[in-house]
Amino acid sequence: MLKDKDRIFSNLYGMKDRSIKGSMQRGHWDNTAKLIKQGATWIVNEIKGSGLRGRGGAGFPTGLKWSFMPKPEAKKPSYLVVNADESEPGTCKDREILRHEPHTLIEGCLLAGFAMGAHTAYIYVRGEYVREREALQIAINEAYSKGFIGKNASKSGWDFDVFVHHGAGAYICGEETALLESLEGKKGMPRMKPPFPAMAGLYGCPTTVNNVESIAVVPTILRRGASWFSKFGRPNNFGTKLFCLSGHVNSPCVVEEEMSIPLKELIDKHGGGVRGGWKNLKAVIPGGASVPLLPANICEDALMDFDWLKEQKSGLGTGAVIVMDGQTDVIKAIWRLSKFYKHESCGQCTPCREGTGWMMRVMERFVSGNAELEEIDSLLEVSKQIEGHTICALGDAAAWPIQGLMRHFRHEVESRIKTNKNSHLAAE
Amino acid sequence: MLRRLDKKQPLNFKFSAKNLAWAKKQILNYPKGRKQSAVIPLLFRAQEQEGWVSKPAIEVVAKMLDMAPVRVFEVASFYFMFHLSPVGSAAHIQVCGTTPCMLRGSDGLIRQCKDKISKRPMEIAHDGKISWEEVECLGACSNAPLVQIGSDYYEDLDEESFAKIVTDLISGRKPVPGSQTKRFSSEPIENLTTLGTKVEEAQNASVELFIDSSIKEKGSKTKRSLVSKKDAPNA
Amino acid sequence: MTDNLRKVVIDNVEIDVDPAFTIMQACEKMNKEIPRFCYHERLSIAGNCRMCLVEVVGGPPKPMASCALQIKDLRPGPNGEPPIIKTNSPMVKKAREGVMEFLLINHPLDCPICDQGGECDLQDQALSYGVDFSRYREPKRAALDVNLGPLVETNMTRCISCTRCVRFITEVAGVPEMGQIGRGESSEITSYLGQTLTSELQGNIIDLCPVGALTSKPYAFSARPWELIKTNTIDVMDALGSNIRVDSKGKRIMRIIPRNHDGINEEWLSDKSRFMWDGLSRQRLDKPYIRNISGRLEETTWDLAFNAISDKCLPAAKILAISGDLVSAETLYAAKKLVNSLKGKTECRIGDSYLPPRDRAAYAGTAHIGGIDVAEQIFLIGTNPRLEAPVLNARIRRAWLRGAEIKLVGEPVSLTYEYQYLGPKLKDLSKLSSNFLKANQLKNTLIILGQGALLGEEGPDVLHAVKDFKEKTNSELLTLHVAASKVGAMDLDFVCDMGYHSSIKWSDVVLNLGVDDYEIPKGPFVIYQGSHGDRGAERADIILPGCAFTEESGTFVNTEGRPQMAFKACETVGDARENWAILRALSERLNVPFSFNSFDELRTQLFHDKPLLGAIDEVPTNAWKSSQKFSKKCLEKNLNTVFKDHYLTNAIARSSVLLAELSKNKNKVNSKKGLKVT
Ligand SMILES: Cc1cc2nc3c(=O)[nH]c(=O)nc-3n(C[C@H](O)[C@H](O)[C@H](O)COP(=O)(O)O)c2cc1C
Ligand code: SF4
Ligand code: FES
Repeated sequence: MLKDKDRIFSNLYGMKDRSIKGSMQRGHWDNTAKLIKQGATWIVNEIKGSGLRGRGGAGFPTGLKWSFMPKPEAKKPSYLVVNADESEPGTCKDREILRHEPHTLIEGCLLAGFAMGAHTAYIYVRGEYVREREALQIAINEAYSKGFIGKNASKSGWDFDVFVHHGAGAYICGEETALLESLEGKKGMPRMKPPFPAMAGLYGCPTTVNNVESIAVVPTILRRGASWFSKFGRPNNFGTKLFCLSGHVNSPCVVEEEMSIPLKELIDKHGGGVRGGWKNLKAVIPGGASVPLLPANICEDALMDFDWLKEQKSGLGTGAVIVMDGQTDVIKAIWRLSKFYKHESCGQCTPCREGTGWMMRVMERFVSGNAELEEIDSLLEVSKQIEGHTICALGDAAAWPIQGLMRHFRHEVESRIKTNKNSHLAAE
Repeated sequence: MLRRLDKKQPLNFKFSAKNLAWAKKQILNYPKGRKQSAVIPLLFRAQEQEGWVSKPAIEVVAKMLDMAPVRVFEVASFYFMFHLSPVGSAAHIQVCGTTPCMLRGSDGLIRQCKDKISKRPMEIAHDGKISWEEVECLGACSNAPLVQIGSDYYEDLDEESFAKIVTDLISGRKPVPGSQTKRFSSEPIENLTTLGTKVEEAQNASVELFIDSSIKEKGSKTKRSLVSKKDAPNA
Repeated sequence: MTDNLRKVVIDNVEIDVDPAFTIMQACEKMNKEIPRFCYHERLSIAGNCRMCLVEVVGGPPKPMASCALQIKDLRPGPNGEPPIIKTNSPMVKKAREGVMEFLLINHPLDCPICDQGGECDLQDQALSYGVDFSRYREPKRAALDVNLGPLVETNMTRCISCTRCVRFITEVAGVPEMGQIGRGESSEITSYLGQTLTSELQGNIIDLCPVGALTSKPYAFSARPWELIKTNTIDVMDALGSNIRVDSKGKRIMRIIPRNHDGINEEWLSDKSRFMWDGLSRQRLDKPYIRNISGRLEETTWDLAFNAISDKCLPAAKILAISGDLVSAETLYAAKKLVNSLKGKTECRIGDSYLPPRDRAAYAGTAHIGGIDVAEQIFLIGTNPRLEAPVLNARIRRAWLRGAEIKLVGEPVSLTYEYQYLGPKLKDLSKLSSNFLKANQLKNTLIILGQGALLGEEGPDVLHAVKDFKEKTNSELLTLHVAASKVGAMDLDFVCDMGYHSSIKWSDVVLNLGVDDYEIPKGPFVIYQGSHGDRGAERADIILPGCAFTEESGTFVNTEGRPQMAFKACETVGDARENWAILRALSERLNVPFSFNSFDELRTQLFHDKPLLGAIDEVPTNAWKSSQKFSKKCLEKNLNTVFKDHYLTNAIARSSVLLAELSKNKNKVNSKKGLKVT
């Protein structure tokens, strides 16, 4: 288990002094200029070397992403945009950073922004997080008044502004290009890529979008060194990570742990175990709503990292572990996710706009068993017709939970349909 | 379902002096010629002022940002936090119903809403004071189930604690948000497995901000000390 | 640019293409049909329908939208092999079938009662790519229809959310009053809170809509495409000469739609041109009329009418022929022949706007309409292009979007783009410093001179002042006319030295070829030859019913000086005759017979006399005649625009019930408030 001294988010729960003073006592904003003075290349290389992969779900190497940013031009500023939209069901980690550890995020913005040649960062916070946004703004104001950001930020010679922006209830705005559209004052409809944001992002300028956690860990990585960070986790999956435990655990929580921690250990140590004991586990969604679930038998050995979960046709996603115990109606649980995706489809691509509603309606009938057995395959077929045919990955995300359900719990769906048929027959 | 603007529309909309000043400042957060970026913040402020987004509000915002009204309306109808018709004046309760909350009993919260407020969502009950709806994941799943009321989250609910909140709201009281069990924020409920045990702050940041804003509101009886959570089990 | 070409392999065939091409364009180059709904080459790329998916080997293991992906963004193979694109692979086939199925699940299968039936992209592609869509067992969704006004009928349940209409109205028409509201499966295409559309180009969304969601209200249920006789011709409602197709059934015109002409209207058409056809059958002059002793017009026969005319004309009367807005060059040529034989005069400059005879570089200008596309700066002088030529205005808007600066002198009109307002008078041009003028020598500048600027006594001076400005700034000149016949008439020298007002006073007999907007003073005997019983006919002593432009052939020269031919699309009404034939009959009665006996002979002579007119679809280069001295007084004059009501500018338009309604609606909207431009 990760030791407290190796935890980046030492005030994750906000129990300790959250002001800039408290943050500084815990090591944030400690001679930030010194880190900047080592140069942008050093920072990018250090982040590359640490093995940090994006914490927003896709797991793209963060340092590599920064290196795509072109050399800044006078006419076209570069932007850092921090994705604090956190809307993936099961995920609630960035919220804790925003309200309880805002300073490491702001400092991270400065360091990352400098490394990619940006003088401006926008932090896009989901609309529902009103108090979190306020807390963040207070911290930003503190940082400005201390001169840590603003003109000649932290006396580094680099001018840097941080603005908080917010959404108003649309999961799709977590998708980076939809987020940029939203930030430009439009509907959050994903853009086609290419061009990628690094070439033409916010206002057509070079832009990097990173998750809150990806940015917030940067100051500590730079202070303690890439090799410190890469001590944790398996190769290609290095570092520490915030996990969110929800659902049927005795002690749901957000916790920072080592990457590649066994799922069982995570649930038992921090989540207080599965409700009714490990034996009562039915399934786990290991990385937020979009990733396929894993049945209990696979959970037994599961390691919480990108590669292990991918091998099992699931994913680490955002590290949001949704636990379902033996009493769960797993069909209903997945149906509710289908409803979520139908509700959140932006509506531009035909397959996603039409397909998410279709899948939800079929799933709804599966919950009651009011369906034909052939419809299982037909639903899978529909999910395949959406997957990979849309502009953004929401279409995929809508398809995967259903594919996961059918992969591991098809028998349950079948027996529900059969039972329903029999009960109708009996009633006749 | 497509949400439509309420049939009954006010004649006009005007930002209060304070909000107008705020809005003008907000616009400066974006580069020159990029005023449109401020559309969500401005619409949101209009909603905070009036309770919902009306046609005149859309047009005022459009004018301020040099946008075509239809572009502003597209935005208002796309983002579900914008209410296109009035909601309860004292509280509009948004119950998260997505799977993580569902697994921990959000169905029960919805049952309470139907019982105590109104059979159908978005119907305003109790003399125009209260309304409710089911919303998608609020992003506080480790504190499920939860509801959002205005700017605040009420977390770790069960039917009983939620019913009490509803009763309080109907009778004009605004309960303290945050976890409704003795939890501080999102630490493990049973025992604090990480980050020591010393608790310096009275409550988590969200709750603190609620209290600060209630104190600012004239006539509020809530005092900071009254809601100290220092005696939480982890302390 | 050959060295910049990039190799790609499309369906096993290697080709070289411009790297800026999209995959779709590259495929089209090889005659590979790529199905599409949302893509339209004159609109921004949305990439939302997902119908155009193709397989790109070596890329991500999923099909890519060919409408959006550029060749330059394709990655070569591991050893630098050219990228491989497949348009027919199983992956592509499956993807298309899948998209088709999704499009159809909520689409009402009401083709038999849909006006798009027979020319519906969805119907066609469902046949080619469709699958059995009976798998969908859930209830279909319905959408609320919106009232967009008298032109565009909506059936929103059929909408496939391709957003072409929204993009057209926003990008091309420049009047952002449509949008897609809501999101996901419940999103809807609508106008802003159900308001009706005000754009003068809105009819184009009917053509753009790939399904039957937006159809023509006036045309509704009147015909099926296969019953129609289709005639390719040109429009005369403004001076642009937009290319159109007139669809008729029997004697009736059922609809008018644009044809593509890149140099003129691209593929757009103004609403006035598209929807005026009900005016073609209303208020028609279908019999000759004569004014009786009690002063009333009564029906007569051709013979009696001609008798009356010869009585008036033969005793050496002073005859003046004047030309209206919709007269073909052939008719004018015949009229001029006739009148000249009788020692009479001709005049086409009825609208009080001065045009210099025989100075083609001034009256037709030096620029092509296409010159707008390359202009870096455009001066609008005394014009409101939005009303005078809406399609041309869309081109100016595109130039503006591309970054061209627009400056306006004259009435500050409401356009669909921003412009720098210099002031109401020519003198305001002098606000531009001499430095500016010097710098401008290098800039690609276009002056668009409206007829409004040339109104009144100062017309000639204004013209020379503008010519002077053109020379100083090294600009091109586009003289924007509002009448389809005007440049042709000028080419035929259908003018007299006296000008209109003096020649009218001089005349004993006026042969009025469809002039309706200017009242002829008491005095002369008036023969009105035309198609509509409009204002001109009321003043007539004799009325000779002629064909409308859709009922006979004729040549028209558009505002940039491009001759084009209009063709007969349907039979005329009653006793009306082709206009040249009326004049020929008259010439015989007046003992000055023409040397041609058929329309073809007439045309041959005309083209022989005026080879310029025979160079169909060509815009000749006009030799510049330098400006002459002008009185500085003209600089102080407030320049106006020629008309306020775009819809009711000629006899056909005024006879259209539909255009009357549009005009009324427009005035209502305008009185409310100015339109917003983004
Ligand atoms: C439908 C959808 C929703 C997403 N939501 C979020 C989100 O809420 N927060 C987030 O950080 N990334 C989200 N992402 C991922 C972002 O597109 C992007 O990959 C991420 O912000 C990059 O940051 P990272 O490299 O630091 O992970 C979402 C992606 C998709 C397709
Ligand atoms: S969206 Fe589609 S058809 Fe439309 S053009 Fe592209 S992807 Fe193509
Ligand atoms: S599911 Fe309810 S907060 Fe996430």
